[in-house]
Amino acid sequence: MKQINVLLADDDDDDRLFFSEAIEQLDLNISLEIAGNGMELLNHLHNPKSLTPDIIFLDLNMPIKGGMECLSEIRKSDGLKNISVAIYSTSSAEKDIEECLIRGANVYIKKPTDFELLKTILHKVIIMNHQYDIAGLSKENFLMVT
Amino acid sequence: MKLVLGYQSHIVVKKVIEKELENYGIPYKYHNSSQIEILEDISINLYKRLKKTLDEYGIQIKETQKEQFIQKIKDTVTELVYNDNYYSYKTSNIISEKLNLSYGYISNIFSEYTLNTLENYIILQKIERAKALILSDEHTLTEIAYILNYSSVGHLSSQFKKITGLTSSSFIKIVKRRNQLFAAQYNKD
Repeated sequence: MKQINVLLADDDDDDRLFFSEAIEQLDLNISLEIAGNGMELLNHLHNPKSLTPDIIFLDLNMPIKGGMECLSEIRKSDGLKNISVAIYSTSSAEKDIEECLIRGANVYIKKPTDFELLKTILHKVIIMNHQYDIAGLSKENFLMVT
Repeated sequence: MKLVLGYQSHIVVKKVIEKELENYGIPYKYHNSSQIEILEDISINLYKRLKKTLDEYGIQIKETQKEQFIQKIKDTVTELVYNDNYYSYKTSNIISEKLNLSYGYISNIFSEYTLNTLENYIILQKIERAKALILSDEHTLTEIAYILNYSSVGHLSSQFKKITGLTSSSFIKIVKRRNQLFAAQYNKD
């Protein structure tokens, strides 16, 4: 099975641990890399030596450079604009969800507090993204809220 | 001036491959002139890019029999989803007939390779076609349900919501506003 490269950008230690444990427990061949804030994320993405992620999980509220700003930069960059972006946020307000998707996110995840639920959601999102790759489908219409 | 060239093509090919693999930062080992071992698992995206790059030099990555078979299944599904004449038949029957193998066998191989069931793959393809039809503004949702052979518009709506987490109307709204936003940005730049 081919490896799936996942990149997480989150400034909260606990959330990062929660996320990486959930990823580890999925029965998938995933390589996870973590950025501690938006600046780190973009530096990583622009570094030619980094692996290109198949999907980025992006926390909205980060210091220095927030999730929304990162999303806009990613969508404006020719080299990065085709990477799937999943916004990972505590807000479940309809307005926030719409705003993220309009600005180019593919997926909006309401951060769950339950570990098993997080695993289910991550599995669903990663598999769905992988299906688009497998099918060779354009991700232009890949929108998902979970 | 005329130059007379003598070259050994296998050396050229080897140099090209080495250069490209190094460009992509992929560690490798030669087994013989037509077999290379990639020493790390690479993502499907990177694999596709590498395949395309080598293709430009006329170097093809030969896929295994299993990969060819998966491709055949995928092609059959695409044909089914985009050919409206097929919808009156049961999908599993057509796939099984076209590939001349039992549906159980086909779907087992498929899920082993793609991490998902063939059934889900077909649903995803149908929903993607539904999205394109919805965005084309040429059909009502009821017509789309009919084209894609859903038993009712309610069935299509609920499957759409289940897969995307969105209703079809908020999907349209979001995509249209996104297109406007991106078009405005493009014009500004």
